[in-house]
This record gives sequence, C-alpha cells and structure tokens, in this order.
Amino acid sequence: MIVQEKNITKKSGESVIDIKGLYKSFGEHNDVLKGVDINVGQGENLVIIGKSGSGKSVTIKCLVGLVEADKGEIKVFGTDITKLNNAELNAIRIRIGFLFQNAALYDSMTVRENLSFPLKRHSKKLSSAEIETAVVEALESVGLEEAIDKMPSELSGGMRKRIGLARTLILNPEIILYDEPTTGLDTITSKEISDLILAIQNKNNTTSIIITHDMACAKLTGDRIMVLKDGVIYAEGTYENLEKSEDEWVRSFFV
Amino acid sequence: MLTYIKNIFNDVGDVSLFTIRFFKEVFKPPYEIKEFFKQCYFIGYKSLPLVAITGFIMGLVLTLQSRPTLAEFGAESWLPGMVALSLVKEIAPVITGLICAGKIASGIGAELGSMKVTEQIDAMEVSAINPYKYLVVTRVLAATLMIPLLVVFADGVGIIGGFAGVNIHSDVNMVRYSEQVIKSLDFIDVIPAVIKTFFFGFSIGLVGCYKGFNAANGTESVGKAANSAVVVASLTVFILDMMAVQIVDLFY
Ligand SMILES: Nc1ncnc2c1ncn2[C@@H]1O[C@H](COP(=O)(O)OP(=O)(O)OP(=O)(O)O)[C@@H](O)[C@H]1O
Ligand SMILES: [Mg+2]
Repeated sequence: MIVQEKNITKKSGESVIDIKGLYKSFGEHNDVLKGVDINVGQGENLVIIGKSGSGKSVTIKCLVGLVEADKGEIKVFGTDITKLNNAELNAIRIRIGFLFQNAALYDSMTVRENLSFPLKRHSKKLSSAEIETAVVEALESVGLEEAIDKMPSELSGGMRKRIGLARTLILNPEIILYDEPTTGLDTITSKEISDLILAIQNKNNTTSIIITHDMACAKLTGDRIMVLKDGVIYAEGTYENLEKSEDEWVRSFFV
Repeated sequence: MLTYIKNIFNDVGDVSLFTIRFFKEVFKPPYEIKEFFKQCYFIGYKSLPLVAITGFIMGLVLTLQSRPTLAEFGAESWLPGMVALSLVKEIAPVITGLICAGKIASGIGAELGSMKVTEQIDAMEVSAINPYKYLVVTRVLAATLMIPLLVVFADGVGIIGGFAGVNIHSDVNMVRYSEQVIKSLDFIDVIPAVIKTFFFGFSIGLVGCYKGFNAANGTESVGKAANSAVVVASLTVFILDMMAVQIVDLFY
C-alpha cells in the first residue's frame, strides 16, 4: 500500500532523475528493492528516509551505476543509465556528486590531493594554480581551509564528512546524492551541514537526493520526503504532510 | 564438494578476466605515471633492506653448508662457482619471490582491501576515474619491473655473502673469488633465471590486487584479503618456478 499525501509541491516541472520499477536483490533471499519509483525535479531536494537496511544506499548506488539494477528504468538527465556503456556512464557520472555514508576519503592522500584528484583528471586545461584556487574555494565553502595539508586519519568524523562534501562540490555537479550527511554528528554541526546543503541548492540550483535519519535535517533541507519500506516507496509528501499522516508507522519517524 | 569445485572454477574464471583486463587497460591512455613511480618506490626501494639481509644470509649459509661435501671430494675450489650458480639460477629468485609474496602481495592486498571496504574504490568509480587503471595497472606493472631488479640485487648480495662464507675457513681474495664466480656463470644460465622473475613479479602484483580489489564487505575481509594474497602468491611463485625449470629443461 502506498500512502499518497496531498499537496505535493515540486519546485519545477522537468524531472532530472526518474526511476521506474527498480528491482534489486542480493543473492536469492535478500530482495532489497521491489519496484521503487522516484522522480526528482530540477533544483529540488528530495529526502529519503527509512529504516536501517531498507535499501536507501543501494537505491542511490543504482543511480550512479555502482550497483547494477536487476530490473527497471533509471533515467538521469533523460537517458536510461542502465543501457549505457562505461564511457557514456562516466560522462554522466561527472555531472553527479556522491557523498558517501562514511565520506570515503582517500586514506593515502592529503586533503589537498583528495580534492585535486578528480579535478586533475577531468579538467585537464586547468593550471596548477587554478586547481589550487579551486581546492581552497571548495574547502572555504565547507569552512575547513586550515585542514588542507592534513591526512584523513587526522580528521574527526564531522570534518571528514565536510571534506567529503568539498570533494563532491569541486566538480560543480548538477546532481548531488547525499548518503546520511549528518549521521553521527552533534546537533550544531548537523545544522551547519544542513544549512550548507541548502546553500548549495540555492547557489547552483542543484538537484539533490538526501538520505537521512536526522529529521531536523530532513525538515530543513527537504522539499519533499519519501519513505522507503519493504523495498517500495511506502509514503511520500512534504514534511508537514507526513508528520500528520494517518499511518502510524510513518508518523513514528517524526517523534 | 560440488560447490567447492564450482568455486574453484569461478575463481579461475574471475582471475582470468582480471588478468585480461590488465592487458586491455595497460596500453590505453591516460597513463598514471606518477602513481606508477610511487609504487616502484614502495615496492622496489622499500624492500631493499629485507632483500639485502636475506640475500646475504642465503649466500653465507649456502657456502658454509656446501663446503664439507665439496671438501670430501677435494673440490673446495669449486665452492664459489657452485654457490654463485645455485644462487643465481634458483635460490635467489625463489626466496626473493617468496619474501616479496609475503611483503608486497600482502601489502597490496591489505591496502586495496581496505580501500574497497571503506568505499574508496567506489568513490573513484563514481567520480568517473577508472580505479582499475589507477590502482591495479600501476601496482602490477611496478611489481613486474621491480621484483627482477630485487632478485638481481639479491644475487649480488648473496655472492658477497658467499665471499664472507668462503673466507671464514680459508683466505681467498676478492679478485680471485669474483673471477671464479664469473667463470661459472654462463649467459644461458642467467637469462632464463631473470626472465622467470618477471613472471614472479607479475603474479605477485596481480594476486595482491585481485584479492584486495575483490574483498568482501566488512573489516575482517581486509585481513582475509591480505592473508590469502600471501598464500596464493607464494604458491604461484613455486608453480611458476617449476614450469620455468621444465621449459628450460626442454631446450638444454
Ligand atoms: N554489496 C552488497 N552485497 C550484498 N548485500 C548488500 C550489499 N549492499 C547492500 N546489501 C544489502 O542490502 C540491504 C540494504 O542495504 P543499504 O546499505 O541500502 O541499507 P540502508 O537503507 O542504506 O541502511 P543504513 O541506514 O543503515 O545505511 C542490506 O540488507 C544489505 O545487507
Ligand atoms: Mg546506507
């Protein structure tokens, strides 16, 4: 059963991400996604919530081709990425930023190298001075200029998340996928990151999917919220709609 | 039992694909030159002390052990030549190969394994950087080129070790010793012995990368990847050595 909430407001019509009937199972007994439908409009922030292990991370990994979907259509910028070869897929991946649940910073590189790594490979025309400026700018936008020469192992969890975000931002992606950007952080840092997500959306008109357990973050950043349960989108609506949902299970997220 | 056999075939298939991918990607630009040199430094230069110590001990011990037997036949003067020949043809390549399987294959397995587990490899993939090219091609190439150099180095140090061993009981000067060593070493002995070490290096790099790159999720799989990299790489060194000896045997 899908609980459809009324008054869903989208920021603009054209959908940038359009997932239809996405299925994914691991092995024979672990059906994770059983027909997920998601669409996100240009410039919209979509929040996905759901219990741990419900397949939220798997969903966005399918979206960038990290996990191969069993069945279904995944349209990004109007092209179905499940039908692309590797080179075509990479052309789309450059336009998508992905913030990993555990930041996934490259351990063997300094923060500076972490940030310049994708830039050097994709913007070959840039001089090293321009790369340096871009790195510093990206670090400034997450408020961590002073960490530029540190190794990832010297950073705290919250700093790692922010450096991960800076690394995502440096290629100016049109879509950003945030996997639990605030999990494990104190409320003040969480608020800062949520504000950052909003600022990025407003500045570049980026389209985002934000996976989170943090309802404060969901309330602040989400234009629309989807609830994933048993492999399908169980409910959908704005924060205010879902908070007053008739479904007790959905409401239980909001206490 | 059936699943066990099936798993073996699966593994062989996967390794073959992994190897084919190496040859497909190694010639394709862009080349990761900087990372390649960095790996050469780690794999080659950083292993020098270990290889030097083992090489010296090999030469020394081999000399001391062979001496009584040769002395029985009154053939002590053959000692330098015999030691040099066994070192260069067999002992230095295999022992150095095994040491490198322990140090390098496990190092690569653990490094790539932890990168896999912490999603760093995925992060490269989504930023449209080919992780296979950046991580695997550079490491396998570096191992293929560095391990032969390490073996030649071990040969040299081993022969010096042999000199020390000879001098414990008798007094042979360096010039005479090296004369005997050089006289005993033929080109056709040395060349196949060097050629096989390229294969040792290739397989050590490849096994380490394969195990790391395909580590399962969860931190305990990093240890497993490193561990099985050592086991498989050591075994491969032995098998390759046996094949090399058989092939050389066909020709001479
Ligand atoms: N690579 C994989 N191999 C096998 N099973 C996997 C893999 N990735 C995910 N799974 C399974 O998929 C299910 C969903 O995982 P997923 O990481 O998407 O959960 P999640 O909703 O992101 O949870 P959390 O909030 O804890 O991050 C889990 O049961 C997990 O075991
Ligand atoms: Mg997750």
